Amino acid sequence: MTIRAAIERKLTAGLAPERLEVIDDSHRHLGHAGHHPDGESHFTVEIVSHAFAGKSRVERHRLVNALLAEELAERVHALALRTLTPDEAGRG
Amino acid sequence: MTNPVFERIQQDLSENDVVLYMKGTPMFPQCGFSAAVVQVLSDLGVKFKGIDILVDPSLRDGIKQFTNWPTLPQLYVKGEFVGGCDIVREMAGNGELAQLFKDKGVATKQ
Repeated sequence: MTIRAAIERKLTAGLAPERLEVIDDSHRHLGHAGHHPDGESHFTVEIVSHAFAGKSRVERHRLVNALLAEELAERVHALALRTLTPDEAGRG
Repeated sequence: MTNPVFERIQQDLSENDVVLYMKGTPMFPQCGFSAAVVQVLSDLGVKFKGIDILVDPSLRDGIKQFTNWPTLPQLYVKGEFVGGCDIVREMAGNGELAQLFKDKGVATKQ
């Protein structure tokens, strides 16, 4: 399984998102510190989920980071996160 | 919770209102995400202490454990963890960050 697929699977299982977008940005970081020769090292993730309701930004990111602890410990060097509730996404 | 690095972190946080744990120094950031937060703080005219975790592997691991946060940079204001690059940029964009500094009594240039 690709890292991207693993991220999608874990976030879907953990957060039941209404919307989930996992973008592999690794090509934008070619040669930077932390770039992996096979890519899949830098991701941008946008998640819309009811699970974020009533939680601060830090709490939301911690929730995501915990679900992806394995990926963050190994391959993934950078994870840009946008975490919204369905209400916030509707307003945005 | 007996990591000796934690004591040092506590001390830095108690001695400085605004602390940025980062890769590289404010003058020479070694990572785009750290550079972005330095830029945000500089734009607001906030005085901060930048701590380069690249020079000390124990601090690099220690701060991640201390904050329970897997990535850098990490911004602290008056001892309280604010967030990483995404959160800081989001808060800067909608004015929340300036408000936070105001609420905490940290001088900005506005």
